[in-house]
Amino acid sequence: MNRKKLYPWYFSCGAAVLYFLLFFLPGILGIAYSFTDWNLYSNEIEFVGLANYRRIFTGNSEYLKYIGNTVIFTIVTTLMKTVAGLSLALLLTQKFIKLKNFHRMIIFSPQVMSYLVVGLVFKSMLHPTTGFFNNFLRSLGLDGMTRNWLTDLDLVFPTVMTVDTWKGMGYIMVVVIAGLMSISTEYYEAASIDGASFFQKLRCITIPLLKPVLVNVTVLNVTYGLRVFDMIYSLTNGGPGNATGVINTAVYKEFSRGDLAMGTTLSSVLYFGILILLYGIVKSMESKEVES
Amino acid sequence: MNRVGMKKTISHVLGNLIAIVISTAVIIPLVVLLLNSFKSSGEANRMTLSLPKQWVFENYAVVIEKGKLLSSFLNGLLYAVSSVVLIVILVSAAAFVISRNHQGTNKFLYYFIISGIAMPINNVALMKVMQTFHLVNTRIGIILLYTAISIPLSLFLTYGFVSTIPREIDEAAVIDGCKPYQLFLKIIAPLMKPICSTLFVLNFMSIWNDFTMPLYYLNNSRQWPMTLAVYNFFGAFENSWNLVAADIILTLVPVLLVFVLGQKYIVGGVSSGAVKG
Repeated sequence: MNRKKLYPWYFSCGAAVLYFLLFFLPGILGIAYSFTDWNLYSNEIEFVGLANYRRIFTGNSEYLKYIGNTVIFTIVTTLMKTVAGLSLALLLTQKFIKLKNFHRMIIFSPQVMSYLVVGLVFKSMLHPTTGFFNNFLRSLGLDGMTRNWLTDLDLVFPTVMTVDTWKGMGYIMVVVIAGLMSISTEYYEAASIDGASFFQKLRCITIPLLKPVLVNVTVLNVTYGLRVFDMIYSLTNGGPGNATGVINTAVYKEFSRGDLAMGTTLSSVLYFGILILLYGIVKSMESKEVES
Repeated sequence: MNRVGMKKTISHVLGNLIAIVISTAVIIPLVVLLLNSFKSSGEANRMTLSLPKQWVFENYAVVIEKGKLLSSFLNGLLYAVSSVVLIVILVSAAAFVISRNHQGTNKFLYYFIISGIAMPINNVALMKVMQTFHLVNTRIGIILLYTAISIPLSLFLTYGFVSTIPREIDEAAVIDGCKPYQLFLKIIAPLMKPICSTLFVLNFMSIWNDFTMPLYYLNNSRQWPMTLAVYNFFGAFENSWNLVAADIILTLVPVLLVFVLGQKYIVGGVSSGAVKG
């Protein structure tokens, strides 16, 4: 049978062309534009070499702060979501928990909400005078614990990351539960006969067998974290000052300011960053396949 | 009761307790919001868990009228449904060919497209591309854009599914005289119903919830979907928490409905994506 005839190439054309034009092309074009002084105020676009990149990486520019924030956000939320998701998955697969599916559904439910809506919900919940959170603390008599959660410079970033974890942990939990279900119970039975404790089983059976799932989850979390925009835009819009600004909020800021070259340069920095990361992951997976 | 049994009971009670506390912590913001959406504006100024003294159902009517929710609801529905239909058609055809004939160009094409799962979108340059094609501030533009950005993950999921359909089916169909398009439309497409449902539910929710694309590419408030309308409403009525709460609840209803109805597809899709890898 002729495979080329039976599975004609033009079946994949629609998806490929659309993806190329509206996803891949802008990425490449954006890199080209990052070497120019493209802006809204003049029609001529001139080549400026690496000047835009120099503006980002030299001196003590605000852009470095955004990049740093993006990295911190990514690392912290990935860790928090993985730990929370894994612990919840382990808890909600135990036999003695009542109404397991109900708990799972509740904890997953924030995942179906828009980041924007979650941002707005928490913006109102965390309002310093009228918000639920501070009112709740006051009603417990903990007036001293009330804070300006979203305007205090020291607190705002941890608050944002906690809200993001609140939304994202359910997803990780569901994925890990699916992974746990695929582990044969025989391992645990054998370990029980040998007298292994819960933590020994966790360390020697569960974690090693969950490793592929955990790697995937980490890749998802990291690429999400690096590209985060909606959540931060709706919660704080990068403020107060630059305290919670990340790369994509900065891109939007430059975009609305008309400094298109800077916007596309920041976007390209992110592009290169993720590309290098992906290359590293693929390489390390390949070398592992060779080993095994 | 002996000591071991006692210890076990305690840890069981403790485990259940922790589960209840976490579930409560997750659900409380929504409960507070729901209660606040029925309060009068004076009462809602202090957000608490107490029941409204007087149930004000008019809040919702006010929000629908002032927030122009009906038109943005229809916009959101139009964008989500049209893009999802396009995605399902384009991706299932592509996944079929790429999965069945996974060599040479097709192999390259597959990795080329799924790399888009992780790559960021350069919105500034995308603006330029959209302008070139006259797609900025048009409904068709935003629909095509959503389709394009959803293709990578959808293709990845569908590709995995198609490879589980035995190839012998194709061979039998060809022997019976099937042409390629007949093979796809009459034999393979019906078998792909489960993955198409997953694609439908996952993409519907992510497009309905999206906020970035209209922010960049739709300037005209008449074309805004729910998310952007809510954001705008929040800015304008920041001091009427009862109205804001009602507005947010109304935005949540469609996705929660899709979530409850399509739960099994969501969980299936989410976990097959990450577990298979």
